[in-house]
Formats: sequence, structure tokens, C-alpha cells
Amino acid sequence: MMQTIDEVRGALAAGAVPATAIAEQHFARIAADDGAEPGSKHINSFLSLSRERALAQAAKMDDLARRGDELPLLAGVPVGIKDVLTMQGSPATAGSKILEGYRPPYDATTVARLEAAGAVLLGKLNCDEFAMGSSNENSAYGVVRNPRALDRVPGGSSGGSAAAVAAGFAVASLGTDTGGSIRQPAAFCGVVGLLPTYGRVSRYGLIAFASSLDRVGPLTHTVKDAATMLQVLAGKDELDATSSDRPVDDYVGAVAKPVEGLRVGVPAEYFGEGLDAEVRVAVERTIEQLRAAGCSIHPVSLPHTRYAVPTYYVLATAEASSNLSRFDGVRFGLRAKDANTLSAMFKKTRDEGFGAEVKRRILLGTYALSAGYYDAYYRKAQQVRALITRDFLSAFADVDVIVGPMTPTPAFKLGEKTDDPMAMYLADIYSVAASLAGICGVSVPCGETAEGLPIGVQIMGKHFDEATILRVGSAAEASQRG
Amino acid sequence: MSETGPLAGEAAGKVTVDEVLRVAELANLELTADEVPRMQRDLNAVLGYIAQLNELDTAGVPAMAQVGEMLGGLIETDGALLRADSVRPSIDRAAVMAAAPESDGRFFKVPKVIER
Repeated sequence: MMQTIDEVRGALAAGAVPATAIAEQHFARIAADDGAEPGSKHINSFLSLSRERALAQAAKMDDLARRGDELPLLAGVPVGIKDVLTMQGSPATAGSKILEGYRPPYDATTVARLEAAGAVLLGKLNCDEFAMGSSNENSAYGVVRNPRALDRVPGGSSGGSAAAVAAGFAVASLGTDTGGSIRQPAAFCGVVGLLPTYGRVSRYGLIAFASSLDRVGPLTHTVKDAATMLQVLAGKDELDATSSDRPVDDYVGAVAKPVEGLRVGVPAEYFGEGLDAEVRVAVERTIEQLRAAGCSIHPVSLPHTRYAVPTYYVLATAEASSNLSRFDGVRFGLRAKDANTLSAMFKKTRDEGFGAEVKRRILLGTYALSAGYYDAYYRKAQQVRALITRDFLSAFADVDVIVGPMTPTPAFKLGEKTDDPMAMYLADIYSVAASLAGICGVSVPCGETAEGLPIGVQIMGKHFDEATILRVGSAAEASQRG
Repeated sequence: MSETGPLAGEAAGKVTVDEVLRVAELANLELTADEVPRMQRDLNAVLGYIAQLNELDTAGVPAMAQVGEMLGGLIETDGALLRADSVRPSIDRAAVMAAAPESDGRFFKVPKVIER
């Protein structure tokens, strides 16, 4: 099974296997194990397939290879797209009933960039509704199963993106991360998940959840593949005013560099109460391996860590309550029948179209922004966000990266936390602080539990210093093999 | 942000059914009868948890709306990056209108706006 970008590109360049055959192999695997047919694992990661578009692109790559032309970075690489990003003519549901039937008339910039770099886009991937969730159980189109343990969640909200890569349905995928939605499912499914710095990757064509936090990034089998994907995705986009024009580093080159002399910070706040013993052992072992590879290890303090989850749930829900007001039955997707007035149509459409978690967050965000509560909730949370960001800026004065566990536990069982929103929110306890601060981070597999469940280590880096976290991530990955 | 604000005073466990309904109205959400008590319970649980932010003294701390504000110019925030204000092609109107639940091809159609 071809699992990496180099394997696909190498086979193509050597004329060994055509891109069309590689695409067909992946579609066949999806047909066998993603759907509900008897004998299938029923992973349920894909919500729609873009077969025609994929095969046309694969044929184009085969033509390039046949002519002996230089192949682009992602030539023939089968990629899945989280269903909160638009692909022209393909359904875009955001995991919600309210967008059922909607086919956007344009490509997200990230989608266009992947395709321009030769990627073969297989289709759209399941996720929590509007990317709100930590288990993929909030999708209106059914739960996604973790390919490593079918009775467990794949994590969320990019659960389909992580599961599709882990199951071998795609070599890479795009996810989005607002509070941990790329990194947490990557850790749960045993793949690599990269959160680029806020502003590094365009969000044009992303269905917005919380605009000051939302980011797009790749999920892959290897750190080098994450670097290759970022190389293609990163950079200024005229269509996204929040994208940065800072120069794009050589990420692929960085992965090969030794880590000797790098300073690794270890925050005590990430190793406290609630951390699973097996996760702790695996992460501490990884830190020792980085020391053996020549890194120096330093204790650092991020004193406001425990306030990250409550801060996040004020700010993210407030922004969501505003962003999701556009779903009203007028311009796209669902419109409730039998509503005689405009306001009744708005309300009925939103009641029928939104699931429980989305309603809960819209209510919470509307409450936090409403007259009399704004200062106490929203402004207060914005101030604490500044304190959390200062924690990181001051820690990064002394270290190059910060390393800790990605999640407090390995993947939990399907249904285990669905009745308790607070328990679910705490699954993101180690991921939200980096989201609030806008820094970059990557989750890398670092072993498994006795039961065989994957464990992820997270490496957080300075704003726009993806090159260094990928370099350290690659060393952590190599130590697993050694 | 004082100790007398909602976080300290009426916070945990204090959102009433009336408040849930008021907020739902503001958010254009029509909750079913069985959704109301569940949302009330969940809102109170989450707000009770959020109340711990009040432990922190944030006097004099700036409210952070965007990441760039904190980075001392690392990300440009003064608008110099805005694209030129010039006319250029956008998505074809027909393609946009085709995605609408109801349209005459030129405009979105909606139920009557003035309610009497």
C-alpha cells in the first residue's frame, strides 16, 4: 500500500504505476471499507466522492509522467478534503443538514493549490457539524469509526480527515483546527496533524466557525509529508485578507536537518492531574529520545493553561453565533417548508437544520455577547486570551519548541461522552491554548497503549516557525523507528 | 469585569427558562419544548465552568481580538495588505442563484417580510 507522497511520486516518475491506477486503488479501498455494505469496516469517513474530477486530474499527471516532464510536488497523490472547505460542484455540507444539497460554485484556495500541485482530490470528508466537536459524533451524517479501534471515536472535528489517512483511503487530507480539530484526531488515529500559524494558510472557501481561531492544515502519515503539504498550502492569498505575506520557509528541507542544539521546553502544566499514565510514559520517553538526539530539555511554565478551555468556549461560541447567522434558508441549502413569514422561515429552517451541539454553542455565544453580559464574558475572555498568549511569548524567549502530550487520554469509546458537553470539551485541554495564541503545532504518533491505541506527542512552535516544529517532529518520528 | 458582574453574582446555575427563550429569540432559533430544559441545563453547566475566569485579575490587560495584535508587527495589522480596490470578475451570478432554495434567477425569493 502506498502511504507516502514520495512513494506515489516515485512510482509515477519511474513509470511503475500510473496515477489513474493509484486513484482507482484508493477508490476501491473506500468502496470496500468505508460504506455500510456487509463485510465493510464502515469507517464512514467520506461524505461524497469526486471521482470524475479525480480521474481527470490523474490522467493529466500520467500525461506529464509519460512526456518525462518534471512532476509537481503532489503529482498523483490521492487527497481527501474536510467537508467544511469548498470544491466547485461538489456537495459542501459542513456535516450539517442545513447545507444539504448545496454545491458551491467555487474552490477554496487550499483546494485549488493542492490541485495545481498535482494532487488527486478524491472527495469530501465527514466531520463534526460546522467543525464543532471532539469526537465526530456531532455529524448529521453519522459517526466516523476509528480505523485503529472500530468501537472508538476518531476524534474531532476533523475525524473523517484523520480516519481516511489512517485507513489508507487517502495519502493525505485537509482538516481544519479551531481548538484542536486537526491535532486531536491525528493523535487518536495515529497519524500526523499539522496546525499552521494563524495567517500562514489561506481560509478562502472555508465555512467559518470562529474567525479569529479557524485554521486549515494537513493530516498525513509522515512528518515529511506534512511538510510537503504545507509547502504547497502556505503563502499569501489575495482572497483572504488575514493571510500573511511573510516569506514561506523551506519546510521539506527543514525536516532533514539534525535537531542537535535545539532547546525543548517542557511545561509542567501539561503533565498534571487527568493525564493518562500510558500517554505520560510515551510522551516522557519521546522527550528523552529528543535529549538523546542532542536537544537540551528545559522546564517552562505556561501558568494560564487551565483557563484555556473556558476562554475558548466563550470566544469560539461568540464568533460562531455571529458566523452561523448566515444560515437562514435564503441563499443556500435547506429552507423549511410551510413558513408563511420571513422570520418564521428563519427560525424553522435553523431549528430543522442545526443539530444539538450547534444550537448549544449558538445559544452560549449569543448569551455571552448579549447586553449586560458582554464585559463579564466576552471582554474578560479576550483579556485572558492575551495572558495565555503572553505565557507562550515569554516561554519562547528561552526555548525553540514546547513539547507535551497532545491529548489527556487515547481515543475514547463511541457514545462515552455524548451526554456530557463539559466532559467532551475537556478532551481539548492540551490543544486549545495553542489555538488561542495563534502559534503553530504538530501532533506526531509516539507509541501506543497496551491495548494498541495510538498516542500523540505535540510540538508547539513560535509564530511562523513551522520549520522548527517539523524538524523536531521528524526527530520524534525517527526515534519511534529506532 | 468587577466582582459584582454576572460571573461572580448570578452565574452558575442561574440561567432561567425565560433567558434561554430570550437568547433563542435573539439567535433566530426556535427550540422545541424538550430542547429548552436540556439547553438550560447545559448552558448552566458550561457557564459554571467558565466562571473560573473570574479568579484572574485582568485589570489593565488589553482585550485580544486578533493574534496579530500581540506580535509587535510580526503580522501586519494596519491595513497595508488590503488588495487594490479595483473592479474584477467575481463568481457568475447564475451559478450563485442556482444554489438558492428559491430564486427567479435574478433575486432570492423569500416569504413575506411585513407580518400582520
